[in-house]
Amino acid sequence: MAYSDKIRGIYTGTLNEIKEKGIFKQERPIHSAQAADIEVEFPMGSDLKKVINMCANNYLGLSSHPDVIKAAHAGLDSRGYGMSSVRFICGTQDIHKELEAKVTKFLGTEDTILFPSCMDANAGVFEAILTADDVMISDRLVHASIIDGMRLCAALHDTFKHSDMAHLEEKLQLHADKRLKVVITDGVFSMDGDTAKLDEMVALCEKYDAMLFVDESHSSGFIGKTGRGTHEKCGVVGKIDIITTTFGKALGGASGGCVSGRKELVEMCRQKARPYLFSNTIAPVVVSGVNTVLDILSKSTERRDKLEKNTEFWRNGLAEAGFVLKEGDTPIVPVMLFNAKLSQDFSKALYEEGVYAIGFFFPVVPQGQARIRTQVSAGHEIHHLEKALEAFIKVGKKFDILGKTKQEIIAMYGN
Amino acid sequence: MAFDKELKNYYIQQISFIREQNLYKQEKQIQSPQFASIDVEYPKGVNKDGIINICSNNYLGLSNHPEVIKAAKETLDTRGYGMSSVRFICGTQDIHVDLENKMSLFLGMDDTILYSSAFDANLGIFEALLDEDCAIFTDSLNHASIIDGTRLCKAKKIRYANNDMDDLQLKLEEEKDFRIKLIVTDGVFSMDGIVAHVDKICELAKMYKALVMVDDSHATGFIGKTGRGTHELHNVMGEVDIISTTFGKALGGASGGCISGRQEIIEILRQKSRPYLFSNSISPVVVGGVLKVMSMIMESTDRRDKLEINSEFWKKGLREAGFILTNTGSPIVPVMLFNAKLAQEFSADLYGEGVYAIGFFYPVVPKGKARIRTQISAAHETEHLEKALDAFIRVGKKYDILGRSREEILDRYPISTSL
Amino acid sequence: MAEMKDIVLQYVINEYLEDEDEVLSYDSPLISGGIVDSFSMVSLKRFLENKYKISIPDDKATPEAFDTVNKICALVNEYIK
Ligand SMILES: Cc1ncc(COP(=O)(O)O)c(C=O)c1O
Ligand SMILES: Cc1ncc(COP(=O)(O)O)c(C=O)c1O
Repeated sequence: MAYSDKIRGIYTGTLNEIKEKGIFKQERPIHSAQAADIEVEFPMGSDLKKVINMCANNYLGLSSHPDVIKAAHAGLDSRGYGMSSVRFICGTQDIHKELEAKVTKFLGTEDTILFPSCMDANAGVFEAILTADDVMISDRLVHASIIDGMRLCAALHDTFKHSDMAHLEEKLQLHADKRLKVVITDGVFSMDGDTAKLDEMVALCEKYDAMLFVDESHSSGFIGKTGRGTHEKCGVVGKIDIITTTFGKALGGASGGCVSGRKELVEMCRQKARPYLFSNTIAPVVVSGVNTVLDILSKSTERRDKLEKNTEFWRNGLAEAGFVLKEGDTPIVPVMLFNAKLSQDFSKALYEEGVYAIGFFFPVVPQGQARIRTQVSAGHEIHHLEKALEAFIKVGKKFDILGKTKQEIIAMYGN
Repeated sequence: MAFDKELKNYYIQQISFIREQNLYKQEKQIQSPQFASIDVEYPKGVNKDGIINICSNNYLGLSNHPEVIKAAKETLDTRGYGMSSVRFICGTQDIHVDLENKMSLFLGMDDTILYSSAFDANLGIFEALLDEDCAIFTDSLNHASIIDGTRLCKAKKIRYANNDMDDLQLKLEEEKDFRIKLIVTDGVFSMDGIVAHVDKICELAKMYKALVMVDDSHATGFIGKTGRGTHELHNVMGEVDIISTTFGKALGGASGGCISGRQEIIEILRQKSRPYLFSNSISPVVVGGVLKVMSMIMESTDRRDKLEINSEFWKKGLREAGFILTNTGSPIVPVMLFNAKLAQEFSADLYGEGVYAIGFFYPVVPKGKARIRTQISAAHETEHLEKALDAFIRVGKKYDILGRSREEILDRYPISTSL
Repeated sequence: MAEMKDIVLQYVINEYLEDEDEVLSYDSPLISGGIVDSFSMVSLKRFLENKYKISIPDDKATPEAFDTVNKICALVNEYIK
């Protein structure tokens, strides 16, 4: 050990820099289960405050749903709490196989392999199926975990401009000589809430002989008529070669993720993907919960339908009030504020009004595009949304941004 | 999508290739909770109950301890099932902070940050702390997650021979001019069960002004007098700067991991470490279980003491029977078979005898070092171990390897014929 | 040569500039200036190789050699014959 004053000084300096830039992240402990109403301790040490949560990925309101809790209880009794093993040693239970089969059916793919998280699925999948002879062509706004996965893979990496199909086509032509080509995108982009043009991408991939990879973390369970995801919405079920998704958002929100797709690709991951081979299996108690979530969703579209209605109500309400929103129709509704400090002040003022929604700024979104990202849930009732809307309007008035354009807001607060 | 015949065939070939090399990994389905004895479906359609499991990381037998299950249930009722959020958005509960504090206390460190797994902890730490003007001195047998973490970091990577302190010193001597130097090692090497010379590493670190990071995934909870880990065993508590460890093995075995260390380092990770910022928070039900595990092992050393007795019994039994073991200092007891095919057949025969222990071979261990890795648990009773020992001896006789040297075994099962 | 400079400049502007108001010259630092990252350099190299039917060895494709449009064109010209 040599944690000298010099080294301490280096790290203290880095921390101060982060604080000075106003991008220091402060956590707010929640003293209740995840739901529309939560009890929060913020700042640390203060009394608990009951607030409406507008920023969870709990899209379907299933994270603490009584049926899911019940299934987890039953799972604890029949299959236990932890496995203390990776999958291929002694970490595979019947319920793990059951979950893989259920996901396959739900997504309309050929086979599925579970990972401890979707982060791990994305970190491991590319290296398992590609070599230095191949190319990965990714949308410029894909999730950080995909970027890390591509960094761990020897294949050539190139990008196309966000959702720009002409540019993607150029790149497919540029790399025509590569052995295997994979086009990589998020289904729904987490920061903007917009949807990938999967139908056009499928057509391009067919034309140029490329595989298509879609991360459906912000779509599985609620996008598309029966909630299968972006591929359902775009009418291309069965045509996506690799889907990754998470159980950590709409599908119960506990943990875990998967790669679902062509049988051979899934098999390659089982033999070669490093986070699969070298990290613990998903806990039985978690698997039991997700199995029930998928049963609920396969039986009825009630929850996603409610989410759709809630989303419409929320988007319309904010738009009519005069906020600048990102276009889209998903439950991710970013309220644009452009300036990082404004987004933090806005978030604090909302909290005063009993609404929890945090500011996003560089480096999570590009410079000058700071925002409050709101996320609607089927766990919200209209009264929650009405109250949250009132709070947004009140705070919007306070900062005098209602009805103002992007340019006007930037003129007032900078970017 | 263009997953045509040609592409499909390409991947089918790749998979056949793995099979031909005898490297194909086949999963067996367990139909019971993890325990000393388990119910298994293998081959498909054939159920076998009461198989003795001797290859899990359930070192303390807590993975399904009634008190842990009870705590998980209580937490389900009070804090729910999932958080559906990363930590810094709305994924931090009071119990996450409690667990961080408890880990700091147990490991004797300033502060702790939770990750979804120790894999993710190792994946995210190096890039957050080190730049291209820094250097990482890494043991050649470190875990895959450490390797991947260092691959994602721009610092210079300098490998030293496994647990070889002379080589480490040589490398530290050769490579001096870096802003920050970090030595990283597994506390217990998972394939050999050998404990790292953490004391010597700390000494060298002082001499060469380097930071020390130890991955105690196979040590936390049971190595050292009160189970703190390899730094306790080697009397260097307070001298290791960074410890990464998992809740996925001895500490309940569900999932999750953490990094414990100097205050500023933990704070930087909270601000910059990618798997922390971009992956879901550990689920409340899992956190509830780990909190219980930590209280249990802080109250009493009974379980680790029993594990130590069990491990001694097991090693002695195998050695006396004439098996070749590694120089293990932990409940990880590898039975060396050297030949990959032999390791697989040995494992299959053990299964026939009601004992579950799988073969390890390339690429998980080096070529020519295939083995059955056994792992002892506090959940094992003497009768489990006696029965397992009987099975090992019967199978050992069948292959006629008892009392044989490495050369003799290799004579019978030459590597060239398989691996 | 002049034509090549414009082709390369136009490619860099199209590919990498997010903000249309930014101006680039033949001597603007691309890599050290943070406009092109090391990931993207690989695709820039491929573009040049395809466009001019050349092959640039990996050890010549250094961040320094790719730092300005002028330097890039000089490098390409070495391999064009
Ligand atoms: C030394 C070491 N580090 C890290 C890990 C990964 O732990 P986790 O299962 O929490 O990802 C393991 C487990 O395989 C390990 O043996
Ligand atoms: C698009 C996308 N992919 C992957 C992930 C990571 O998922 P997980 O929380 O399962 O690691 C996220 C979540 O942050 C995401 O938004």
